[in-house]
Amino acid sequence: MVTTRKERVDALARMSTDDREGEAGVSLAVSAWRRLRRNPVFLVGAAIIGTFVVVALLSPWLAPHDPSEWMLADQVSKARNEIPPPQPGHPLGGDQVGRDLLSRLLVGSQQTLMVGVFATVIGLGGGLVLGTLAGAIGGWVDSAVMRLVDVMLSIPSLLAAVSIGALFARPSQFTVILAVAIVQIPIFARLLRGSMLAQRNSDHVLAARALGVRPRAIVFRHMLPNSLGPVIVQATLVLAVAIIDAAALSFLGLGNPDDSVPEWGQMLGNAQTVIDSHPNLAFWPAGCIIAVALGFTLVGESLRDALDPKNRR
Amino acid sequence: MALLEVTDLTVVFQRRGEAPFTAVDGVSFAVEEGQTVGLVGESGCGKSVTSLAIMGLLPRRGVRVSGSVRFEGAELLTESPRQMRDRRGRDLGMVFQDPLSSLNPVVSIGIQVTEVLERHRGMSRSKAMRVAAELLDQVGIPDPRRRLDEYPHQLSGGMRQRALIAMALACQPRLLIADEPTTALDVTIQAQILALLSQLVRDTGTALIMITHDLGVVAGLCDEVNVLYAGRVVERAARHELFARPRHPYTHGLLSSIPRLDAPRGERLVPIRGAVTDNIPWTQGCAFAPRCPNVLEKCLDVTPEMEEDDGRLLRCHNPVRQEVPA
Amino acid sequence: MLRYTVRRLLQLLGVVLVLSMLLFGWLRLLPGGPVSALLGERATEESRRQLTAQLGLDQPIFVQYGKFLGRALSGDFGSSTGVQPGDAALEVFLQRFPATLELSFFAIVLAVLFGIPLGYLAARRRGTWLDNLGVVGSLVGVAVPVFFLAFLLKYVFAVELGWLPASGRQTGGIDATRVTGFFVLDGLLTREWDAAWDALQHLVLPAMALATIPFAVVFRITRAAVLDVLDEDYVRTAESKGLTTPVIRRRHVLRNAMLPVVTTIGLQTGALLAGAVLTEKVFAFPGLGEALAIGFERRDYPVLQLLIIVAAMVYVLVNLVVDLSYAVIDPRVRVR
Repeated sequence: MVTTRKERVDALARMSTDDREGEAGVSLAVSAWRRLRRNPVFLVGAAIIGTFVVVALLSPWLAPHDPSEWMLADQVSKARNEIPPPQPGHPLGGDQVGRDLLSRLLVGSQQTLMVGVFATVIGLGGGLVLGTLAGAIGGWVDSAVMRLVDVMLSIPSLLAAVSIGALFARPSQFTVILAVAIVQIPIFARLLRGSMLAQRNSDHVLAARALGVRPRAIVFRHMLPNSLGPVIVQATLVLAVAIIDAAALSFLGLGNPDDSVPEWGQMLGNAQTVIDSHPNLAFWPAGCIIAVALGFTLVGESLRDALDPKNRR
Repeated sequence: MALLEVTDLTVVFQRRGEAPFTAVDGVSFAVEEGQTVGLVGESGCGKSVTSLAIMGLLPRRGVRVSGSVRFEGAELLTESPRQMRDRRGRDLGMVFQDPLSSLNPVVSIGIQVTEVLERHRGMSRSKAMRVAAELLDQVGIPDPRRRLDEYPHQLSGGMRQRALIAMALACQPRLLIADEPTTALDVTIQAQILALLSQLVRDTGTALIMITHDLGVVAGLCDEVNVLYAGRVVERAARHELFARPRHPYTHGLLSSIPRLDAPRGERLVPIRGAVTDNIPWTQGCAFAPRCPNVLEKCLDVTPEMEEDDGRLLRCHNPVRQEVPA
Repeated sequence: MLRYTVRRLLQLLGVVLVLSMLLFGWLRLLPGGPVSALLGERATEESRRQLTAQLGLDQPIFVQYGKFLGRALSGDFGSSTGVQPGDAALEVFLQRFPATLELSFFAIVLAVLFGIPLGYLAARRRGTWLDNLGVVGSLVGVAVPVFFLAFLLKYVFAVELGWLPASGRQTGGIDATRVTGFFVLDGLLTREWDAAWDALQHLVLPAMALATIPFAVVFRITRAAVLDVLDEDYVRTAESKGLTTPVIRRRHVLRNAMLPVVTTIGLQTGALLAGAVLTEKVFAFPGLGEALAIGFERRDYPVLQLLIIVAAMVYVLVNLVVDLSYAVIDPRVRVR
């Protein structure tokens, strides 16, 4: 609102020149970012993710010990069910074979981040190809792709991931990632196809077609960019799901058997045998997984809210 | 004593972390028994908020309502939520703008009409259904018995608005508020709905507050018209007075921006320049000044007061002199 | 309506057929295979070949599939090789199905019973501490790995506090009469109150673990749906008619808000078997989930084939029921 007299006269002047462009055309991304910046849910989530990524990148220097060295092995006794307790130099104690738990947690963030990111990228990539094919071409391609998607979606996702995980002769970090990722492909595919279909009949695409823009250009320049909002939201949420599902795979004995390079889900899965006597071995990686999954979920949900045109003000 | 007396009604929205916004700024008007009064203005001028304040439908949190709303002598603003609940639907009825979104999509028309009767008249479901059929018949819905079992999406836009009017009038309220009742309808249907409203208020003696941005609606219906701008009444006059000689530049602007069939060839429509958001606060001058063709230096400094002027009320330092070319 | 249902059922048949083909081929690709699982790594070549032939695994895969399909149509899904060696796969399924159904039922009832009212309350009290707590809680609920939560519940309530049993469906030594296979229901039917009470106690922890995610999701969807509906014009219309709060809540708010919630409940119910794999393993609860977990470990093809196809059928059927129940709640769907 205008307050001083000078501003009031300026307002009059502005009116008469009819120059009111600047305020009207705020793009969706900009207005979404404006709302995000003030949203405590987003800020908390972003802070968690930020810490997680920084720790993952710096963990080789942050970790006090080598995470794969059995340095406290002399304190481990299978027979008496003894595992190294917290002690000077090892604030969290050791794991089942006497490796420093704190170092394993810190270094484990790297693999966990990798699982999340690669699974999401693979799932997104596959979904992008299938969804774009179905949505852009339509016709029998659409029907075929969507039937395939329907079949894939007819098994609950975790069950499907476990089934795929069981497929590999020698489970490894890579097979875990693949199992978790494949399950996400149909979800992304359906999401993309839906929003591409909605756009095929929208005014701006019709306008582009009427202007004789080539089909490929329409798909890549008009339809795809406008479908990305929900995809980004889904990808953020999948980051959380992938990390949790990877842990479930480890729990079911389908995880990476080589535990020299630690990963949180694997640490949690392996802790199940000693959980009754040494719950801290499960609590630490579980706590980390919960925090990170929560972080991605918070950011995903607040992104969803921010990108929802209904909330635009 | 008038049926409804609104005095100095002020509604301030106060959201956390934002500056308070005065949507209605000291509005006063009265509605006599059986009279039809228009509240006219662009969107955002406070006309809908005024009607919600009268109905007691404003959210309780984040809104400050002051002034006075007297209905048959009783002060509505201080009544308890329960008392207001008893009044709504019984003494006060309301019809909203968009008939599709104003009807519950998953409840049959019959139930939506009878629930008012069951609530305020204590009727049984079967008795209420008979009355509901009569009501639908009254508002011109053919084959009312069949319609009772149908759902809003099965009705046309005009039928839906008729059904909403039937609900609002079910308990024969003394006052009906219609908030842009024709805006969402096709032009041909608009006239039918207006004719229906005018016939119903004549037959039942219900007083009507007609809220609209469309002076054409006012012309055929209202006894008295209040023109609102930025939360204040800027001009009030009897219908014929207002149309024959609009004095406030805003009213004048509204009238000249309506296309007329009887206008001389080649005459241009004159829109009001700018938008409603271009105002300055009333406390520092005239809110309409930035858009006003008649603006004086004084308009930016001195808040104009409501003054009696030739049988009408007017809030302007430099009113329009000449008549609208007819 | 009937035609629609029939068409959907035919579609379901198609999905099941394609899925069974994919599954069949895919499980044959599984490393290890039942032979190694049954005989161990150190078995002789000779005994391996013998068992392979005995199980019919030496034939071409499409012959195997044809035989499988032919037998499946007559109810023979082969014999379990790992979960309950020697038992028919169908037998394994039938034995364990009531356990998982009972568990899932309690879990979904818990999720709905708490999720909908709390979601409604949170929406009505938007922005208060109760709402914030609920939203944060539901987000955390989705972020917790199910099996960890199951361990946590077991650790606190069974191991540390000793209030509830840690595993199984019933305490050993209880000799209960079986009628339906649902232990709680059996106890009630036969008036063996002790047995019913015992079975119920065994259900509490696994049901809570299994219910967490459906609860969190139902809560959030209910809250969001109610918030959306509260902003709708027809709620204002209802208020303008002076209707009482219970009528507005039931007829105008909840009835509309339930549309997305019903879908959610359906999706969550269908996905329950996935959570059951984890939960049942932690609590050694003898249901389908545990059978799946063991089946994966021991490469029990016949059992896995049957159970995964059943999981898919349940999922698709539940979705069909959801779509049909839409027609009951939403008249706009009914016409089409």
